Amino acid sequence: MSVQTPPTPLSGAGAATPMQQRVEGTLPRWAPTAVFAGAAVAAALLSGFNIALFVIYTVVLGTLAVYVVSRVREGRRRAADRTVTSIVTSAFGIAMVPLVALIWEVVSRGAERLDAEFFTASLYGIIGEGGGAYHALMGTLIITGLTTLISVPIGLMTAIYLVEYAQGRLKRAITFFVDVMTGIPSIVAGLFAYALFVLIFGPGIRLGIMGAVALSVLMIPVVVRSAEEVLKLVPLELREASYALGVPKWRTITKVVIPTAIAGIGTGVTLAIARVIGETAPLLITVGITNATNFDPFDGRMATLPVYAYYQLTQPGVPPEFAIDRAWTAALLLIMLVMGLNVVARLISRFFAPKTGR
Amino acid sequence: MAKRIDVSDLNIYYGSFRAVEGVNVSIEPRSITALIGPSGCGKSTFLRTLNRMHEVIPGARVEGKVVMDGQDLYGADTDPVTVRRQIGMVFQRPNPFPTMSIYENVAAGLRLNSVKMKKSDMDDLVERSLKGANLWEEVKDRLDRPGSGLSGGQQQRLCIARAIAVEPDVLLMDEPCSALDPISTLAIEDLMTELKERFTIVIVTHNMQQAARVSEQTGFFNLNGVGQPGRLIEFNPTEKIFSNPDQKATEDYISGRFG
Repeated sequence: MSVQTPPTPLSGAGAATPMQQRVEGTLPRWAPTAVFAGAAVAAALLSGFNIALFVIYTVVLGTLAVYVVSRVREGRRRAADRTVTSIVTSAFGIAMVPLVALIWEVVSRGAERLDAEFFTASLYGIIGEGGGAYHALMGTLIITGLTTLISVPIGLMTAIYLVEYAQGRLKRAITFFVDVMTGIPSIVAGLFAYALFVLIFGPGIRLGIMGAVALSVLMIPVVVRSAEEVLKLVPLELREASYALGVPKWRTITKVVIPTAIAGIGTGVTLAIARVIGETAPLLITVGITNATNFDPFDGRMATLPVYAYYQLTQPGVPPEFAIDRAWTAALLLIMLVMGLNVVARLISRFFAPKTGR
Repeated sequence: MAKRIDVSDLNIYYGSFRAVEGVNVSIEPRSITALIGPSGCGKSTFLRTLNRMHEVIPGARVEGKVVMDGQDLYGADTDPVTVRRQIGMVFQRPNPFPTMSIYENVAAGLRLNSVKMKKSDMDDLVERSLKGANLWEEVKDRLDRPGSGLSGGQQQRLCIARAIAVEPDVLLMDEPCSALDPISTLAIEDLMTELKERFTIVIVTHNMQQAARVSEQTGFFNLNGVGQPGRLIEFNPTEKIFSNPDQKATEDYISGRFG
């Protein structure tokens, strides 16, 4: 390798042809974008303002055009490279379409009623215009809060048991059932909670706490799985360092393992909350709906945002448009809550992560 | 402070696999005892049985006797947690607690055990331990910074400070310099020579020059083949091991004619 031999004329000439092909024509950086823009214009003309057709035409025409242009100017290898880049980027674009369309739709329809009244008024005594979702927002916050209160201790302790204590068959059994629980349809969780409370209080019962129990059935496995993954990431060496200082196991867990993993646990819990906050079916069965504000989860029906949106849309009354507007605004509020929780999760993982700064 | 350890007929198992068999040895107080031998021969496993860290691994168990100044470490009424408070350990890879500052890392042995202590006493203890580990001058201005921000050699000395802060009788070191550069290694070897005035030190090392430099006694572990248990082949004063060992296997190993 270190021998310095000048290239012989023969091998230099042999290498020159493919080299020249590569260097010869390089498309400017903006070229693929421009080609795709052209394809979009053509697609707009061809598709006649059909969104789905427009997207398909743009992707197909754009990819083809990029390939042809690149093949002519840059050669086969670059053309293949650009084609794959185009396909991957298009896949990303297509994946974004429903998300952007959904947010666009919900914001444009829901923004109209996103006013002070929506946050301060309930539906009590409202027929037609006005009214709000104060009672539903409070219901969602109370029930989700209760769910978190039930699920986080149980889920976290199960995860600690699985990672730090359980061995062999019992561990495999618990892991299996947690996996099964992760896949339980939410309506089944609702029916379970309903049946449980009917056994105790008799038929027709509707309570906020029932909803919290139903949602806990859905949330616990999510918390267990995420906390388990994070606890497994805590290096064994840290536990050994703690044991070697004569620290008992339970103190090692509470003061070394959990603080090290707290960022991941917090993120997992927040995402688990985001997962259950929009659940509709179990709340429909267990909590029902009401037009008045009810702060007491142990007494009677409560309104929640998803169920509120459902009833406003399916039973809007006459004239329907005011209730339908409220449904969209409730949907927008739910999306904002979930987005907020995701931001909180990111902040938690940033601020609580072990610091390595010098 | 420093205590003597007597090991008799020690067999060490991982599940049904016998990893080390028939170890008989006496470790002298206020001295450095080095354990050398090829990889997988059970030196580290043996070291971990001395403070009952071995049994942290599921399925691991021990037969035989380990006695420290008359106290049976594997007696029925001996709590492993108590043993580990008397016998500290420094690991191969520096492992400061990432959530804690330098100060908190040194204080960890007491804080994690919820020992109540006045702030000024704790400050003194942290300063004394860091000075004992030759780290004080380098970190005294940034005690509140994370311990994981230090260099590898500094982290290892931080771990030594953490181990000596709980005032153990014995200090076990499992290849403490294998992840460090020669300068950090020298710093830690100097430190060991100072620490042996106060502690009994047992060190596992792959570096035979290191064993020759720092230790008074040397034990050579070997195994007959893969899947066989490791055994303590020879235990003698370091000078004798490195100049005129009793066993042919020891001579082959230290002269590089291994096999």
